Amino acid sequence: MLVSLGLFALVSLLTPFATRLLGRRVFLVIAILPAAVFAWLCAQLPLVVGGSEETGASGELVEQFRWIPRLGIELGFRLDALSLLLALVVTGVGALVLLYCAWYFRDDEPSLGRFASLLLLFAGVMFGLVTADDVFALFIFWEATSVLSYLLIGHYTGRRESRGAALQALTVTTFGGLVMLVGLVLLAVAGETTSLATLLATPVTGAAAEWGVALVLVGAISKSALVPFHFWLPAAMAAPTPVSAYLHAAAMVKAGVYLVARLAPGYADLSVWHPIVIGLGVLTMLVGGWRALRQYDLKLLLAYGTVSQLGFMIVVVGFGTRDAALAGVALLLAHALFKSTLFLVVGIVDHAAGTRDWRELSGVGRRMPVLATFAGLAAASMAGLPPLIGFVAKEAVFEAFLEGVAHGEAWAWLALVGVVVGSILTVAYTVRFFWGAFWRRDGKPDTPLHDEGAGILVSPVVLSTAGVVAAFTIAAIEPLLTAYADELPGPQEYHLALWHGFGPPLAISALVFGVGALLVWLRRPVARFQAATPEWFDASREYLSIVRGIDRFAASLTMFIQRRGLPGYVAVIVLVLVAGLGTGLLLNGAWPEEVRAWDFPAQPFIAAVMAVAAIAAAVASHRVTAILLVGVTGYGLVMLFGMSGAPDLALTQALVESLTLVAFVLVLRRLPKQIAQHNPPVRRRFRAIIGILAGAVMGIVGLVALGARIQPSISGGLPELALEAHGKNIVNVMLVDIRAWDTLGEISVLVAVATGVASLIFVSGRTGAAPRLDSSAGRRERVQPIVEQSNVRDDRATTRQAWLLAGRTLGPRNRSILIEVLVRLLFHPAIIVSIYLLFTGHNAPGGGFAGGLLAGLALVARYLAAGRYELGEAVPVDAGKLLGFGLLLAAATATAPLLFGSTVFASSWFEWHVPVLGEISFGTSTFFDIGVYLVVVALVLDILRSLGAEVDRHREEGIDTADGNDPDDGTDGDEASVTADDTAATGPVDAAITPGEARP
Amino acid sequence: MTGSLTLVALVAVMFGAGIYVMLERSLTRVLIGFLLVGNAVNLLIYVMSGAPGLAPVLYDGVDPDEISDPLPQVFMLTAIVINLGITAFMLALIYRSWWLARLGDRGDLVDDDRDERESGEGAADVARSSRLDDTAILDILEQSDEEYEERGSEASARTGRDGADPADRADRGGDRR
Repeated sequence: MLVSLGLFALVSLLTPFATRLLGRRVFLVIAILPAAVFAWLCAQLPLVVGGSEETGASGELVEQFRWIPRLGIELGFRLDALSLLLALVVTGVGALVLLYCAWYFRDDEPSLGRFASLLLLFAGVMFGLVTADDVFALFIFWEATSVLSYLLIGHYTGRRESRGAALQALTVTTFGGLVMLVGLVLLAVAGETTSLATLLATPVTGAAAEWGVALVLVGAISKSALVPFHFWLPAAMAAPTPVSAYLHAAAMVKAGVYLVARLAPGYADLSVWHPIVIGLGVLTMLVGGWRALRQYDLKLLLAYGTVSQLGFMIVVVGFGTRDAALAGVALLLAHALFKSTLFLVVGIVDHAAGTRDWRELSGVGRRMPVLATFAGLAAASMAGLPPLIGFVAKEAVFEAFLEGVAHGEAWAWLALVGVVVGSILTVAYTVRFFWGAFWRRDGKPDTPLHDEGAGILVSPVVLSTAGVVAAFTIAAIEPLLTAYADELPGPQEYHLALWHGFGPPLAISALVFGVGALLVWLRRPVARFQAATPEWFDASREYLSIVRGIDRFAASLTMFIQRRGLPGYVAVIVLVLVAGLGTGLLLNGAWPEEVRAWDFPAQPFIAAVMAVAAIAAAVASHRVTAILLVGVTGYGLVMLFGMSGAPDLALTQALVESLTLVAFVLVLRRLPKQIAQHNPPVRRRFRAIIGILAGAVMGIVGLVALGARIQPSISGGLPELALEAHGKNIVNVMLVDIRAWDTLGEISVLVAVATGVASLIFVSGRTGAAPRLDSSAGRRERVQPIVEQSNVRDDRATTRQAWLLAGRTLGPRNRSILIEVLVRLLFHPAIIVSIYLLFTGHNAPGGGFAGGLLAGLALVARYLAAGRYELGEAVPVDAGKLLGFGLLLAAATATAPLLFGSTVFASSWFEWHVPVLGEISFGTSTFFDIGVYLVVVALVLDILRSLGAEVDRHREEGIDTADGNDPDDGTDGDEASVTADDTAATGPVDAAITPGEARP
Repeated sequence: MTGSLTLVALVAVMFGAGIYVMLERSLTRVLIGFLLVGNAVNLLIYVMSGAPGLAPVLYDGVDPDEISDPLPQVFMLTAIVINLGITAFMLALIYRSWWLARLGDRGDLVDDDRDERESGEGAADVARSSRLDDTAILDILEQSDEEYEERGSEASARTGRDGADPADRADRGGDRR
């Protein structure tokens, strides 16, 4: 069974591609799969029905796979009689509907590949649903059918009614599904098993069972469109007809019936069972039939008829005796055959005539005699006429209920009367359907018809014929049905048959036909009566008002909560932190036994400077001042780390602090200089109080955390582990070896962040390296005006030696020979040192992070000295590719050991002595560190490319707002003047922080 | 486990100052607050190493018992680099929002109360946008319902597809309600 499911998934994945090649013929190919599964299922019939030879009892096919052993959840599948019947229906009807699709659609149908794939996948999921034994596997398939139904109903994405219907169906069925999940959890916990078979063999009792089963039934009735959830099924007729025939007649809506039938053997005697199953079932049968009787649209007529029949089936399978169960599964089979036939017929009529409204149809039957004949057979089966399977099933139903009435059961009376009235309505709407679709109306010309081809008739003819054949071979089919029905209590004497002799059931059938014919005869008075009767069960209006109410409530709640904007949120979050954590800390009171005032004498002085800087940064009114002050706290950390045994931290913090400053300045040069202070003084005091409280709480956190530590640190074992990993620098060894998983996650974050930065700044596409000098003629021309201008303004510029490749691209006012020389001299040594840090990191302070940051700083220097073209010259590769390569290298290091039969991140080494560098231990972890290095360099490169080079370009091209011109169409000739104006307009701050602007 | 009171106090000051700035409406100031809070939290983790010792690098002759606790350092090292990444990301956000929203002299201020309320109502409209879809399907269902008409009027009245004629549809809607 799992193999079949896997095949369904695989073929569905391939279907869209196959559709491109085959067009609509793809349906012929994919129909083979459900047909093959159908054949396999038929081969299992002897086993399931006959049982194994030793036991003699009816057998079943069980497959189990471990899935979530800790929760006791398994992928369990069980093919017993009921499952087999449903699975045969699902795959058989599925194959025929797919076949039908090959003629129903045209090659140019939009999204045909998606449709084919989803429909096939639905067949697979439905097969999983009816064979699942584990309740949670069942639930997953259950919800998957809801989602697929949503996608299939909404196939015509452009139509409003299609979208509305799809959303309604999804909302209702997933609501029911979630309720069902609660019920399943209750049952599974109370029964201490997730296996359906075990839950039925030893039923749960007591309140858990009552509640659990009631909740599961809510799921079942929402899926099978019982009152009060019935409205979604007629709406779902917005779907293409094959979907209606398959999902909303034969398969998905049967899931609820299946679940009721499945639970009936164990739980039919609960006190919640009969009110829900029989009460709502009868009500649904009547409401559906009543509404079907007044439809103009043939498809809607069938849809309401389906609602009615679903109620009917649930009443019968849920009745709880052996005979009723037998009748119920026979009815289920009959319904699957006749209702899918009728939907397919409506699809053909709709295509041929261009309408499904019977008021516009006339004389269709005479010109499509084959179609009309087989539709007539199916309709007769629906009405319960002999000699058809529908008649066999209905006789059995009456017999079973009469037996219950004979025992004086109140529910049997209700069921019998309800079913009889419902069947009368069924006869009436069946006649309305057949008459409406095929009859010739007086005074109305024959509807013009398109030729639909003979192939499309295959599926309805096969299904309709099956209804006749099944009636005559009912004795051969019966063993499969009784194999299930015998699980329920009651004498095992009754047999399904076409002819039982004259008896009460036949009398009831005759009564039904008679009154039904009377209703048809009195069509006009009935219609007048129906129009005059108020709609009691028009639940779609109630549904809509509930949905609208929820929308409005959500919007007003959102507006209420979110009125205060970002500062409001942050304040709430911090206040919760202060109140919650603060209270907890004060109650806890694990104060440290002793506290030192400071670790070393310089510490309080550094700390004092940092504290003052932090407070000053908080109240500074200029952004640049504030950022420099924050930088002071950062460099203070560098000193604290460096002076107390954390050289790696000191190194990293120093490099990061410098890069942060650069990044800030790159952005702030564009923003207005002043930090606007719009906050009124009251709020300022409020903020100060929150800040002080938060700070105090964090201080207490620090103290309590120190005091609360009672276990020794695990760090004691780290030195040994580090040496084992061939490294002396414990911090680096942990990063690249012992805790390499964490580091892999962290560099993934860096990749995401770098990509995010680039995506935010680049308007159209971020691929490609930073602009290069000779990359395109257009760019070169764009550079020219500045150089020419420089001749006029400053003769020295032309005579200057070019120390950096792109130095000449900057205007003379932006150039500094001193910086260019320095950068020229320092860049290569810096790169060498960064590589040195990378490779010695294992044994000395350094490593991929520090090395990468240093290389990044070297790039910053190149960029600041000579602008964006210099950046492109320095690193002529795409930052995205560098990021990807770094991450790939790290991930490859992680997974490569798997190829050698080892675990993820297992490391191996070789060592040798290199002059200057000293002892080098080169291992797999080194490759990992190289990956880290590349990711960090690429991060810095992305920052420079985006916040630096790209923002420069916006400036130069005068793109102040996003509405802008396509950047590449900018008027190049004005560039120089734009630059000059820009400098003048934004004033001294701007000038001071423009790259390369440090010229005296 | 003991710690330096100085560092704990410094954590409190930096954290408090950071939160104070974070509560402003200017995104740049929020970022400044983020940096202060980030530094404070890093330092808090660092305080957890207890008494500082030698650098955790096992050169020859280094007694493993005398080194600082390396574990918090490992946590912090990646945190510091990720801080840089997040800072860059927020800067890109600031630039982008200023640039896209054409805030001009308003700089990088996030929306005030009035703007929030407007966008809140907009959100409610978005949430209710499926209403038209819902009523579309409701219309179709209702159009299919038969109303009683006197004999003879049917054949003459029904020529076009139901619902294709707007006046006809309005008529029916009126009847139903």
